[in-house]
Amino acid sequence: MKVAKSARLDKDIEDQLKKILEDFKLLEEVETDNIEPSFQPFEIKNILREDAVEESLSQEDALKNAEQKQDKFFKGPRAV
Amino acid sequence: MKKIINEAKELNKKYNFFVTINEKAIKGIPIAVKDNICTKGILTTAGSKILHNYYPVFNATVIEKLKGCSVIGKTTMDEFGFGTFSINSAYGIPKNPHDLTRSCGGSSGGSAGYIAASKYSKFAIGQSTGGSITCPAAFCGVVGLTPTYGLVSRYGLIDFANSLDKIGVLAKTVDDASSCLKMIAGYDQKDSTSVDVKLKTKTTKNLKIGIPKEYFEHTDKKIVEKIFKLLDDSGIKYQEVSLPHTKYAVSAYYIIALCEASTNLAKFCGLRYGLSSNPEGKGFNEYFTEIRSKGFGEEAKRRILLGTYARMAGYRDQYYLKAMKVRTLIIKDFKKAFKKVDILVAPSMPTIAPKFTEIKKLTPLQHYAYDILTVAPNLAGIPQLSVPIGTMDKMPIGLQLLSDHFREDYILSFGKEVERWKK
Repeated sequence: MKVAKSARLDKDIEDQLKKILEDFKLLEEVETDNIEPSFQPFEIKNILREDAVEESLSQEDALKNAEQKQDKFFKGPRAV
Repeated sequence: MKKIINEAKELNKKYNFFVTINEKAIKGIPIAVKDNICTKGILTTAGSKILHNYYPVFNATVIEKLKGCSVIGKTTMDEFGFGTFSINSAYGIPKNPHDLTRSCGGSSGGSAGYIAASKYSKFAIGQSTGGSITCPAAFCGVVGLTPTYGLVSRYGLIDFANSLDKIGVLAKTVDDASSCLKMIAGYDQKDSTSVDVKLKTKTTKNLKIGIPKEYFEHTDKKIVEKIFKLLDDSGIKYQEVSLPHTKYAVSAYYIIALCEASTNLAKFCGLRYGLSSNPEGKGFNEYFTEIRSKGFGEEAKRRILLGTYARMAGYRDQYYLKAMKVRTLIIKDFKKAFKKVDILVAPSMPTIAPKFTEIKKLTPLQHYAYDILTVAPNLAGIPQLSVPIGTMDKMPIGLQLLSDHFREDYILSFGKEVERWKK
């Protein structure tokens, strides 16, 4: 239930998830003590670009797909 | 172009390959595109209800690169790519053109089925996270090309798992797949994981072939027999190799893919685009929960929950980090094998395309187990080519060819040879 809350979902299928996570524990039998994790398939160099203003979406385009909007702004639920 | 659109409409009535058919396409080479790739002004849903009204204001880089092509339609798929049979779709299920009672495979099911059934189109765009090109290519009897991770820009792709996603091609022939890849490959500044490497599609090298024994242990015996008969009839030499961590690939893959997916999908919350409702008078969490509960399908919810759990404090090391370490061992298995041989040859899928009635009976874990032959190559980000090698019980079978990173030339050259084999 805590997981569903944290994922902002109404679904809770605890038993099913438990079974799947139990199955994933198969990995525990693999010896990984001196193994580094691979967050990507191979090392990718970080490429940076100049921090300069470039052309971006117009306000009109940015709002095009929003159904909930008001006075050229997105409308959302109350934050505070 | 008109006759191509008409054909697409006719096929769609029978097989449900498309979420959208673009009648405004008027000239150029027709191209069908998986519905998780952004197309300017054309509905892009990623198979999800949560994007039922999303019309991108920009094109994905691959669409920009497909010069001289017109997008004729967006193809049906599992929601966000979550599935092996294209049954987890909010827009109907694509049906296999060889047998309407069977699946096209997934998650690029619509693209593969369409290429198998169309008289006119030679290639379509698909995308793979854990086998979503190889699987439907094998089940539908077409060629499926998954390039090396980073070779094709992911800009404008609605991500499933960033460290695994690759855009690729479903095609009639290896040559068709190769010419489409030539168009879409290339470095892109807009994708930070894009790699600046020149694509190679041909080699004259005498290629050494390896047979990963573990891949045959998990496959229908009749398929295994057929593959060995073809290999022996062709007269090529091959040697057995071992990829010892294969049995851990499904667990490692699902943990990694779902952790990444659950963070990627956090952006769908009823703001800016997609499904929404009047947020007035509602709290933040209340509103997001309402939209996400309404907009995501069953499998998407299951995967978000699993991914969220595996990333939670206290479990992160046990699941997420452990899976990333096992991934390292899986990559090492491949690297070791590629010191001995140039290409690995294995079945694409463990069975022929299952019937929808059979799929219904599968538990989530049995469903995930179907990916046993495709997840490891995807974790390693190596190029993969699935080539049709005839039929069993009237349904197509695929042979998958694997090579080291950026060695597309090996699998494409050998793939053409496989096409010439008598089947």
